[in-house]
Amino acid sequence: MVLFLARRVGQAALILLGVAAITFVLLYCLPADPAVLIAGRSANPQIVAAIRHELGLDQPLILQFLHYLYGLLHGDFGRSYTEKTEVLPLILARLPATLILMAAGIFVEVVLGLTFGVVAAVLRDGPIDRVIMMLSFVGVSSPQFVVALLLLYVFAATLGWFPMSGFGTPANVVLPAVTLGVLGAGWYARMVRSAMIEVLRQDYVRTAHAKGLRVSRVVMRHALPNAILPIIAMIGIDIGQFMGGVVVVEAVYGWPGIGQLAWQAIQQVDVPIIMGVTLVSALAIVIGNLAADFIAPFVDPRIRAQ
Amino acid sequence: MIKSLLKKTAFAAMLATTALVPAAFAVSGTPSKGGDIIVTYKDDIATLDPAVGYDWQNWSMINAMFSRLVDYKPGTTELGPALADSYDVSPDGKTYTFKIHPGVKFSNGREVTAADVKYSIERAVNPKTQGPGAGFFHSIVGADTMTAGKSQTMDGIVVVDDHTVRFNLVQPDATFLNVLALNFASVVPKEAVDAAKGDFGKHPVGSGAFLLKEWTVGQRLVFVRNPNYFVKERPYVDSYTVEVGQEPLVALLRLQKGEVDIAGDGIPPAKYLQMRKSPDFKGMIVDRQQLETSYVTLNTQIKPLDNPKVRQALNMAIDKNRIVRIINGRATPASQVLPPMMPGYDKSYSGYAFDPTKAKELLAEAGLKDGFTTTIYTSNTDPQPRITQAIQQDFAAIGVKAEIKALANPNVIAAGGTAGQAPMVWSGGLGWIADFPDPSDFYGPILACGSAVQGGWNWSWFCNKAFEARAQAADAMPVPAQAEARYATWAKIFTDIQENDAPWIPVFNERRVLAKSKRMGGSDEVYLDPTRVIDYEAIYVNK
Amino acid sequence: MRVFTELARRPLALIGLLTVGLVVFGALFAPWIAHYSPDDQLTNGLSLDGAPLPPSRAFLLGTDTLGRDLFARLLFGARTSLTIGLVANGTSVVIGLVVGLLAGYLRGWIGSLLMRFTDLMMAFPALLLAIALAALLKPSLWIVALVIALVNWVQVARIVYTETRGLVERDFILAERSLGAGNFRIIVFHILPHLLPTAIVWGTLGIATTVLLEATLSFLGIGVQPPQPSWGNIIFESQSYFQDAPWLVFIPGAVILATALSFNLIGDALRDILDPTQRGRG
Repeated sequence: MVLFLARRVGQAALILLGVAAITFVLLYCLPADPAVLIAGRSANPQIVAAIRHELGLDQPLILQFLHYLYGLLHGDFGRSYTEKTEVLPLILARLPATLILMAAGIFVEVVLGLTFGVVAAVLRDGPIDRVIMMLSFVGVSSPQFVVALLLLYVFAATLGWFPMSGFGTPANVVLPAVTLGVLGAGWYARMVRSAMIEVLRQDYVRTAHAKGLRVSRVVMRHALPNAILPIIAMIGIDIGQFMGGVVVVEAVYGWPGIGQLAWQAIQQVDVPIIMGVTLVSALAIVIGNLAADFIAPFVDPRIRAQ
Repeated sequence: MIKSLLKKTAFAAMLATTALVPAAFAVSGTPSKGGDIIVTYKDDIATLDPAVGYDWQNWSMINAMFSRLVDYKPGTTELGPALADSYDVSPDGKTYTFKIHPGVKFSNGREVTAADVKYSIERAVNPKTQGPGAGFFHSIVGADTMTAGKSQTMDGIVVVDDHTVRFNLVQPDATFLNVLALNFASVVPKEAVDAAKGDFGKHPVGSGAFLLKEWTVGQRLVFVRNPNYFVKERPYVDSYTVEVGQEPLVALLRLQKGEVDIAGDGIPPAKYLQMRKSPDFKGMIVDRQQLETSYVTLNTQIKPLDNPKVRQALNMAIDKNRIVRIINGRATPASQVLPPMMPGYDKSYSGYAFDPTKAKELLAEAGLKDGFTTTIYTSNTDPQPRITQAIQQDFAAIGVKAEIKALANPNVIAAGGTAGQAPMVWSGGLGWIADFPDPSDFYGPILACGSAVQGGWNWSWFCNKAFEARAQAADAMPVPAQAEARYATWAKIFTDIQENDAPWIPVFNERRVLAKSKRMGGSDEVYLDPTRVIDYEAIYVNK
Repeated sequence: MRVFTELARRPLALIGLLTVGLVVFGALFAPWIAHYSPDDQLTNGLSLDGAPLPPSRAFLLGTDTLGRDLFARLLFGARTSLTIGLVANGTSVVIGLVVGLLAGYLRGWIGSLLMRFTDLMMAFPALLLAIALAALLKPSLWIVALVIALVNWVQVARIVYTETRGLVERDFILAERSLGAGNFRIIVFHILPHLLPTAIVWGTLGIATTVLLEATLSFLGIGVQPPQPSWGNIIFESQSYFQDAPWLVFIPGAVILATALSFNLIGDALRDILDPTQRGRG
């Protein structure tokens, strides 16, 4: 087990290195020149060249990358081109907002997914099950930005129940979290439903039933715990989905997290910030996958045996 | 003979200022002290380092946090003394000597000296700072060796004594005082820059009207009055809080509720139409011209745009009124390169009238009876792609098929600044607001030969030696003695360029719109100041 | 054919098929259905203040912020969105098939290298990568499709990999091999046919994903170039009006949702039909 985990951690480190290399090469090949942007329109070619030199952009790609890696190993993510400050503190300052949003999004996703999934499983093949399954498809198929605009239009602009954007109070997080959670809730409802149906079919549950236990008790005591673990593992794997969704949701709601930071940086070719956010996101994904690997043995006894 | 000008104290300047705009102040009452106000923006504030900040949001804040040798009188384009009580210019126009107001203190308690002025400007020019303002100081002796990285100081800035600083210029520069009034010339204390270890933009120390009290990244900045500010009676408000991450629409709703005093991003188009008609919003909208022209550059090096007739035809093809309607009337159709508020604007020049028939005739004369295909680059942020599509449709009407490339701003800038790449660029959304109120700012960086280079901003790639000579002659005219004659010379240069060569299609002059709460006092000019955007020092809360 | 009758028997899948049929019909016959050209900025298409017009007899779904007929733009937008959906998804299924199959079949270093690369791609924040690439490359329809394909093939590759691994162990493949069949023969005649159901299922479900992704990129202003309409860029151009002209945002939004939903419904039904063992998964 320990050996297995150690190997996975090693692989994760290699994966991060690969992500860094690929992102670096991709961003390096882009047509825009950050130096021109920084130098402004009062600049002459000499000033642009001087700034390019200051940024180290006049060095060969491989040297630039090694330099960047050397910095990374020392916890240095480089300096933002536009904000002229260290990238890491910029990301760290905005990370809590993103984590709050993600936690709230996962909460929405799990609560909706579990509730609908359990109800659908218990009432399987009935009309309510069909409606729920249809809704889960709608959730999976809805474009996040349209959901965001719709929620804003209905619950903020028209009804005035929630603020349109902003940060700091619990009311602020509701709409963004729902937007982020709807998509996953669709998947989870389907997953929970099928996991539950499988459990409900098993002998011990049938026995419990036969002993005269009430449906709700059977579900809560026996079926649900078995359905929850795969969801937790799934969340780990889904972190990547979330990291992407965060960019769109933060842009629409003006949420001060790393997604918005990334979007602003992309528009200004602020390569160090794009690199930093990509790496932090990749790290989150890798950790999520590791967590899923770690949970897997508890979910499926067959893996534990291996 | 040495001319001595502006022999006034800062206090006297204040009196002169209030005397200059009495009508405006009379409307909304006299300024009163006190009050804490809230300003909102959508985007986060990038930096408060005066050598680096170049966004219209942080421009106002930096302006109010730092002081400079000279500065504009509030709401005007007229220069007056600030840190410097007076200055002298040598007869050849190549030496400027400033007397610094004694007793001015940085917020860290140390007195501002001539050495600080020298350090601050050298810092702005030094490539290590990576600031966007370095090029403005090109006329100071030693600027070029510094940008080349061969020197860490500039010989042209001389500390005569603690309160006297002298600038030696390579050649006379009529706009030199304007340059010294730019945020980039703000005075900063070296010890604070060093202490911040490369993070001065987040830990700024200045000698201006306000101090930064709190900065929560991504959320809020709080500025409070500088109790030791050297201009007596200023600023009026006790503090202003900038809340970021606020959608413009949200800001307006909060403004109506009285939770916000200034919605800095202005009013979204749909809301603007509604607010302008509603009596509820009377006195809450500030809608003013700014020093801006939005235009299409026509690359004079790319066929068939190298033919002036073709460029003139394209000028006649654009229905500017329709485009203005698309952006809900928030602009005025433009006839020429210079915006109406710029000295040198020629009221009598009407430019090319909208005339598709004549445009087609001109194209036929140029041998392009069937039109041609070309490409127009534009920023990809709304509403720029929409405006470009309107332009595209107008071109199509005279047989010119323009393909649109809507790209991220840096890519548009890169394409414009690469020889032979972008036949046309729509300038909207790329930050084309004059740096200072002098017509030369619309020539040097965007129409001169020197900027028609790789990475430059002369996207018309227009370079005409005859105009180059006339521009140099205009800038050699001593100011302020021949200011009016100089402006007239510039006016003629711009109208001649447009009439003969038509390297641009000036489309409109965009107005800036801002919403403020009813309790805010002060004339419209201080909310949309031509050089400062919001003049935090001059706004006040009505008692 | 059996598949079609099976599909038609399921009500949800039938709804999906009909919707997709309608969208495809609209896209194919757009010039004959629409009364206006999608790019025509009509003088009577804007109010005097320059505001878009609500749905009316003249403009079935109203006009957009440039005075163009929204209905015409939606129809022609279907062409863009479907083209990208098909091209991008087709590309990613092909890449996924090739990578997954090779990695699963050729174990050894090539196989593990391919799989490590797939793992690496899994760790990329896909949407972030797509946004960065689409924004910073010079966008066109093909670039957008390529970017989407680049971030979408990974999932297919993983599934194909797992299935191939399972297949290689099976008796009939081992038998073929012992009879001296070459790798190429085994792959083409014995493994590929078994992977076909997976490819079809993912080819359908994937269209939903790509349509959504294209809409998202266009919504951020980094999709296809104007004036070419796409469902996402119609919303992008109308965003600032979403309170006063909600139809401009929510009609295209509903079309995107309906299309993605239909492909998901069909894909899910196909999975049930073609591969009963996968029933109810995900």
